[in-house]
Amino acid sequence: MQQKSTLEQILRGVALACVIFFFMFPIFWILLMSFQTNETILRVPPSMVFEPTLTNYRSLISGTLEGSTATLEIKFMGNLWNSLFLSVTSVTVGLILGVPAAYAFAKLKFRGSEDIAFTLLSFRFAPPLLVLLPLTIYFQQLGLADTYFGLIWVYQLIVLPLILWIVRGYFEDIPSDIEYAYRIAGHGFWTTFRKIALPLAGPGIAAAGLLAFIFAWNNFIFALVLASADKQPVTVGALAFITAAGINYGQIAAGIMLSIAPTFALALYAQRYLVEGLSLGAVKG
Amino acid sequence: MSNPILQLKKIDKFYGPINQGFQAVKDVTFDVAKGDIIALLGSSGCGKTSTLRMIAGFEEVSRGGISLAGREVHMLPPAKRKVAMAFEGYSLYPTVTVRNNIAFALKSSGKSSTAVGKSVEEIAVMLEISEILDRYPSSISGGQQQRASLARALIRDADLYLLDEPMGQLEPQLRTLLRGRIKHYIKERGLTAILVTHDQTEANALADKIAVMEGGELQQYASPEEIKDAPANLFTGTFVGEPPMNVFAAKVTTASDALIFTLQDESDLSFPQAAFGETLRSRILAMGQVMLGVRPYAVRRHASGVQARVVANQWLGDQSHIAAEFAGGALVLVEHDRADVAEGSDIAVHFDPADLHIFDPTTGAAVSHGAKIAS
Ligand SMILES: Nc1ncnc2c1ncn2[C@@H]1O[C@H](COP(=O)(O)OP(=O)(O)O)[C@@H](O)[C@H]1O
Ligand SMILES: [Mg+2]
Repeated sequence: MQQKSTLEQILRGVALACVIFFFMFPIFWILLMSFQTNETILRVPPSMVFEPTLTNYRSLISGTLEGSTATLEIKFMGNLWNSLFLSVTSVTVGLILGVPAAYAFAKLKFRGSEDIAFTLLSFRFAPPLLVLLPLTIYFQQLGLADTYFGLIWVYQLIVLPLILWIVRGYFEDIPSDIEYAYRIAGHGFWTTFRKIALPLAGPGIAAAGLLAFIFAWNNFIFALVLASADKQPVTVGALAFITAAGINYGQIAAGIMLSIAPTFALALYAQRYLVEGLSLGAVKG
Repeated sequence: MSNPILQLKKIDKFYGPINQGFQAVKDVTFDVAKGDIIALLGSSGCGKTSTLRMIAGFEEVSRGGISLAGREVHMLPPAKRKVAMAFEGYSLYPTVTVRNNIAFALKSSGKSSTAVGKSVEEIAVMLEISEILDRYPSSISGGQQQRASLARALIRDADLYLLDEPMGQLEPQLRTLLRGRIKHYIKERGLTAILVTHDQTEANALADKIAVMEGGELQQYASPEEIKDAPANLFTGTFVGEPPMNVFAAKVTTASDALIFTLQDESDLSFPQAAFGETLRSRILAMGQVMLGVRPYAVRRHASGVQARVVANQWLGDQSHIAAEFAGGALVLVEHDRADVAEGSDIAVHFDPADLHIFDPTTGAAVSHGAKIAS
């Protein structure tokens, strides 16, 4: 550890505080909102002093939304479950497909491999809506619209390129001779892949999986267009709070808190992996 | 050689497309007898590792064939070739301990884990790595990694052992010690090994035969003695031997019963014609121009010799290296005692015709070694 001057430490602290305030304040404000009723939220001027209430969370969990004029059924918990199911399955499928593919792109430089890898990445460049219109038509004809299967398939557009590119970088960083050393000892291609390449790329695969999960969780547009109410994730389900009778800010805030909780927890827990995964520093020394 | 275990047949290696890419190995052919240690000797970048990797199966053979223990292996995957290899870059598995790195090599052999453990301990003792068996590769030195990698190769049961510069990172004492132990280990078990090295002392000490390579081509494949006594060409002559062979261009003429080599500065080396056979004499005379090679150990100071001026005289503790200006070039001679010659003084040097190596100046091929005509 190198010595730092007091001034430097203070400046550093101030800078950090600014950054944290800038990024965390909205979340903090939403957290406060989630414990308030619509009346206290819409007070002018806004105030941090209020009597906390759990009604927002209660109505989300019970599934009934009490508006000022009528009672509305919502499926927030169902949406939350959909989000979890869609994200986990998509990432699992993405890993099963993407990791071997990434290995092939990294190690078996076949003809056109660079082009194919780039094409897969370019799926991320296209505006989703552009892809969605034709896709919707196909899906309706194939009977895939509004099925979990179809949604997971479409989610691969989000998770596969991500997994492919991150994991490929990790595989590329593994010196081929380490694998050769194992193969020459009488082990076949697949054993070597499982026993040497996979463990060495482990941190990268974990990072890619986490990132893919977050991206899948946060996806909105695919699910909006392709899923009906009972298969919608939270991102889309939150739209239900905007009712004819007005916008239920309190419940939206509570919904946001519940829906960001998993990714938030994941990000906190796996920070190190995520940073490593994005800066691509695989096997060293 | 009646029954070679390994045969390289006209091997070419191109990195990139055949005939267009960079050619690292050119038309290399040699056989290895079972139980022999072969040294692949050559300067850096001459294609030693490439040759080894083709035998192991990590690089495709661009042209030619390899057979090992009666099988045509050049199309087989590495796992099926039954060869063991110690890598130039060690290539240990970073996620497991040194012990497991070595034991991994035996996991597929079907031995019991106690037998594996015992073998690991034994080989660790031999290579002086017992203390680091439970460390991870990233926490040990290069020399230790190198020995771990060597252990991982030697512990296996294979038809052929490929050792790519296995002792390059070791300090001299340890190198000498391990050289002896490794040779004993290989010989005791009757193993066949190819050792890549750019260190000729190592090649001489370990190998039954040395394959000298340069520019991707095999220059000579012979026993260490033969390479020293009868280098096949100028390259081998000057590459193998420490200090290197002295070489001079000379014009050959004949006068009464003498064969006269006129050097660049017009000084003459005159030898009795009888020292060269009839055929050799006429061959040399027909060539007119030759390259003369003399090993530093074969140069003697003698009153009847040709003049040379001393530029340096170094006593190395067990021998003197004297460098002199001679015939417009440089000459090095080695004496076993402390030589009493000052820098700048004149000496007279004498060559015995039996110590002369004559090379063709255009092709570099050896013409004769002493009175013996090179084949
Ligand atoms: N994978 C490769 N691609 C292109 N050129 C290579 C490759 N490997 C080696 N070479 C080249 O082939 C030549 C021989 O290399 P190598 O067999 O490693 O030599 P050595 O082991 O004798 O030092 C060198 O000029 C080297 O640059
Ligand atoms: Mg090499």
